[in-house]
Amino acid sequence: MRNIDLAIIGGGPAGLAAAISAYDNGIKNIVIFEREDKLGGILNQCIHNGFGLTRFKESLTGPEYANRFIDGVLERIIEVLKETTVLEITKDKLITAINSEDGVFQVEAKAIILAMGCRERSKGALNIAGTRPAGIFSAGTAQKYVNIKGYMPGKKVVILGSGDIGLIMARRMTLEGAEVKAVFELMPYSSGLKRNIAQCLDDFNIPLYLSHTITKIEGKERVTGIVVSEVDENKKPIKGTEKHFDCDTVLFSVGLIPENELSKTASVELSPRSKGAIVDETRETNVSGIFACGNVLQVHDLVDFVSEEAEIAGKSASNYILNGKENSETVSVKEGKNVLYVLPQKLNVNADNTKIFFRVTNTLKDVTIKAESGGEVIFSRKKKVAVPGEMETVLLSKEKISALKGEVVISAEVE
Amino acid sequence: MESYKFICIECPIGCNLTVEKNGEELTVLGNTCKRGEMYAKLEVISPKRVITTIMRTEDGKIIAVKTDKPVSKTKMFEYVEQIKSKRVKSGAKIGDVLIENIEEGANVIATSNPY
Repeated sequence: MRNIDLAIIGGGPAGLAAAISAYDNGIKNIVIFEREDKLGGILNQCIHNGFGLTRFKESLTGPEYANRFIDGVLERIIEVLKETTVLEITKDKLITAINSEDGVFQVEAKAIILAMGCRERSKGALNIAGTRPAGIFSAGTAQKYVNIKGYMPGKKVVILGSGDIGLIMARRMTLEGAEVKAVFELMPYSSGLKRNIAQCLDDFNIPLYLSHTITKIEGKERVTGIVVSEVDENKKPIKGTEKHFDCDTVLFSVGLIPENELSKTASVELSPRSKGAIVDETRETNVSGIFACGNVLQVHDLVDFVSEEAEIAGKSASNYILNGKENSETVSVKEGKNVLYVLPQKLNVNADNTKIFFRVTNTLKDVTIKAESGGEVIFSRKKKVAVPGEMETVLLSKEKISALKGEVVISAEVE
Repeated sequence: MESYKFICIECPIGCNLTVEKNGEELTVLGNTCKRGEMYAKLEVISPKRVITTIMRTEDGKIIAVKTDKPVSKTKMFEYVEQIKSKRVKSGAKIGDVLIENIEEGANVIATSNPY
């Protein structure tokens, strides 16, 4: 069996940045496992611009952003196993994978970085009544058809879910000649970026119906129409508000689910709140030597933040391989009022300056973001608006962390 | 005085912009950076957008493309048609100029290698 220093599971933006970071921190014996036939992950099909403003101070398209990191991996001659699917990871860091050349094989690694990303929540998860006609796609699948395969999946389109992928696809299908009739959103707000509402919907006069959902899909062979209803504050459809739309295609953009099946086989503990691994500030999971980063850890708003997080994981993994594990005391970071999840969920008391990421549970106005520990406020910042669609941060300095006596609670309080 | 409201598309913050027009003079409020001011003024004078789409190579592969500068918003559909109707040399690679001056000063460039 082959022994390596570092295995990276996934060759998307997280895996690429983690590999480069680990290499530059002294680990050369790295293998990236990628199930597709090329590196770059989902960025390859995100041909729109707007990536990289934070990191590169310019507006790149997805493939351009990916290419900068792919070049970085190629320059360092880091090994990549493409079209290779990892089947299982054990807590002893034994990896079982399969591809068409080597069959099933095993690799033992000193450290592993989980960078598997997300998959889309499917229509099946939503309990929508109707038959099973052709013409129903997840937004990401439609994006792959249009941008990678060059096919148009339909002509008259409606979209359920106003996350960024749904909004981007509304514009993309419109530019390619489809008629996008409407976007429906269950929540009273869109989880997409404001600029995407402006440039993807408003630019093309595509209506956005908030607090609406699809209650019926019609059609036998092919979708012929849908029925939507307004929903009440409990997200239940309101009788008598039904509206009918003719369409041949329905896109679902209803959320991303971190793909943690492999994390589970490795006994990595997951947070029911973030849906990703529970990690400390180095992005190490509860399993010694297994790290996680990118969308498999928490669903990020921007790829720039994925790269940043992956670099932390890459550096930490190389530290672990070179210097072994330092056993230090940790304190928990917990969700307080109006906070959906926090990350990292643990802090080593000897940690450097650390950014704690979190999301609020609902739209909050005139909010005070606070970190408290032992009855003392250790961080406080006022904000005009906080929305679930935008990740928030609390910065804790090295000095503050070393002085911590007990758990840290992050909250977002409205006066 | 006329007043216009926009959401800035320059970065993920999405500032709420207001432009006040006094004769020829434009005053931008609500922006947090220079890009936002430029964007707001252009939105009043002549709105522009970057187009991203795909082209086909002579050997049938697909290549992702963009305009390297924003182009007139009102001509987006026309330009997409124009871009789609052309074939790219099969050896094209990321960064290559594929169509020069689709609009004055704006080229269509490859943003991926053919796939």
